[in-house]
Amino acid sequence: MHFLVCLKQVPDTSEVRIDPATNTLMREGVPSIINPYDAHALEEAIRLKEKVGGKVTIISMGPPQAKEALKKAMSFGADRAILLSDRAFAGSDSLATAYVLTVAIQKVHESDPVDLVFTGKEAIDGDTAQTGPGIAQRLGFPQLTYAIKVRDLNDGWVTVERKTEAGREVAKAMLPALITVEKELNELRYASLPNMMKAAKYEPEYWEAKSLPYDTTQLGLKGSPTSVVRIFPPPARSGGDKIDGMKDPQGAAAMVVEKMFQQNIIMTHPLAKGGKH
Amino acid sequence: MSVVVDKAKCIGCGACVVECPVEALDLVDGLATVDPNKCTNCGSCVTVCPANALSLPEGAGSSATKNSDAEKGEAKEFNKSEPLPDSVKDYAKTSKKKEPVVAGGDVWSGVWVIIEYKHGEVAPVSWELLGEGRKLADAIGCDLCGVIVGQDLDPVISEAFAYGAEKVYVVDDPVLKYFRTEPYAEAITDLIRKYQPEIVLMGATAMGRDVFPAVATRMQTGLTADCTVLSIDPETKLLLQTRPAFGGNIMATIQCKKRRPQMATVRPRVMAMPERVEGRQGEIIREELGISEDEVRTKVVEFIKGDAKSIFLDKAEIIVAVGLGIGSKKNIEIAQELADVLGGTIAGTRGAVEAGWLSHDQQVGQTGVTVRPKVYIALGISGAIQHLVGMETSDFIIAVNNDPDAGIFRVANYGIVGDLFQVVPAMTQEFKKRLQHGVAK
Repeated sequence: MHFLVCLKQVPDTSEVRIDPATNTLMREGVPSIINPYDAHALEEAIRLKEKVGGKVTIISMGPPQAKEALKKAMSFGADRAILLSDRAFAGSDSLATAYVLTVAIQKVHESDPVDLVFTGKEAIDGDTAQTGPGIAQRLGFPQLTYAIKVRDLNDGWVTVERKTEAGREVAKAMLPALITVEKELNELRYASLPNMMKAAKYEPEYWEAKSLPYDTTQLGLKGSPTSVVRIFPPPARSGGDKIDGMKDPQGAAAMVVEKMFQQNIIMTHPLAKGGKH
Repeated sequence: MSVVVDKAKCIGCGACVVECPVEALDLVDGLATVDPNKCTNCGSCVTVCPANALSLPEGAGSSATKNSDAEKGEAKEFNKSEPLPDSVKDYAKTSKKKEPVVAGGDVWSGVWVIIEYKHGEVAPVSWELLGEGRKLADAIGCDLCGVIVGQDLDPVISEAFAYGAEKVYVVDDPVLKYFRTEPYAEAITDLIRKYQPEIVLMGATAMGRDVFPAVATRMQTGLTADCTVLSIDPETKLLLQTRPAFGGNIMATIQCKKRRPQMATVRPRVMAMPERVEGRQGEIIREELGISEDEVRTKVVEFIKGDAKSIFLDKAEIIVAVGLGIGSKKNIEIAQELADVLGGTIAGTRGAVEAGWLSHDQQVGQTGVTVRPKVYIALGISGAIQHLVGMETSDFIIAVNNDPDAGIFRVANYGIVGDLFQVVPAMTQEFKKRLQHGVAK
């Protein structure tokens, strides 16, 4: 089986802050990481490879520095890594990004047919969750999104448990297929020493726009139907009363509870309804 | 001299690159870069930059400079408490686009809401979007339509009219019994191609975020995920789609200028529920599904109903949430006691989840669930922006934290600065006392 994982290097958004003085994003010193959902996608591909045999190919679109994410991914046990890097790709929205990745996947697929494509459910810097489904559509593969468990992989079908609002859905798709994954899917491994040494020496393949049959009007900014027209800080919610509960915790608690009743915040009491949960 | 890029402000959106008539701008490592040999100082990039990161060099005066300076001044004084849609509109007024949309121009008309019907229930966000869609349709002067795809849909059709749809497009077919991307994308795309709506909206639910990217890819149009504010630019009539970006650290307003339809998914529980008017009628348009079961390469095997905590977190009316300040898994008991007396649900921050105290489906925030309960009680939560974006639209927020500067106090209606291990049991007792004595109305 040939597993292909789409992986993105992202800034660790939990580290991104706004400079209160200038209202701009402070990006300096923010570490780059493998998008956490993609890490779980990779983990699952490697687990399946270990179970049924085959190989794992990783594809990433990004700046030259994204090479580091690919090397790191190799240390977990992937077999091949391709970095799509070109200034022509810069500024791509999710539609254009899916196009860039799809054409590259098709090229891999021609010489080495892909059975299962994995992507994270979304990237933590964009949170759009659109690139995976976009690739599936362009490849013409069926998709299963928000996978929390791969149950079965045989007879040309993959069966997964999907997370939905109302519960878990067990669904299967005919191969070749694309799966987007949640973090609950698996526990990440630590890189083994031999794999780390292999990865340290490994150089990801570097593909530029001209090495693939791209329609250049679909790339980058020109190929992106959406554009950002404005950014601004999130609307601040004005804080209410701050009550000192250091000296008199009882009194502070009583006061807040009192106010909640006064303002009918606690009005339809859940216990009166028999308790919903 | 050429246009100057303030690298600290540049967000790498590329608006300037597209706008530049002489191709003097490019994105290098995610930042705008000027080729001084090509730049003519025309100032058009300065006008379109959403981050005010571009300026003309001293002395290169032109009308564009004056305009952009005025605009810059305005944006610099951006006031956090200013209502969003107005400020959003202000900008777009100055960045009108001349080019017509790719397909058809005037042909594309109407605001559509895809109504999510699953397991016999309509996702409430569908009705919220009919409410919001009404405002958008009025601002444009067009129809508001509902789209229902599934099986046995008649009861849903009358509900769609009751919530304000003027027309309802229906694809009712056994193949659509369970949600699957292929047939749903097929049904929605066929309707869009045939009736050409200008705007198509759906909830940012598991279903919406699955099928909409497929539809947008088929239509080769833009899609903005997880919007929290929508409005119509009064001049261009374009849809202004505002969503949190960079982990909620900034808000970004996005447009799809040249392609149609303009598509967006919208977070549940952000838009207000519209009034339901029983007995309202409208036009029903039925279409056949263009795909048979044999052609569908995905099958639903079974459905396992979730347990209460994962189902109810985003629907819970009272949430008691804990952060790392609670100290240990065992200490969550004191939060649980408070939740029990109020009939609330326990949730927590990413930190509390990663510490192993709570499960992932109990996580509120950017990478967890967005909640909007009547009451949100935050215990030992510092208030990182990633957490705030997931709960700040709660109706009423109480925070207990021993750090008087904790960010959570900025969003709390009442904040108690104190030791939660003393304050929380006291609150529990207070609630118990009052509720037992029937004080609650």
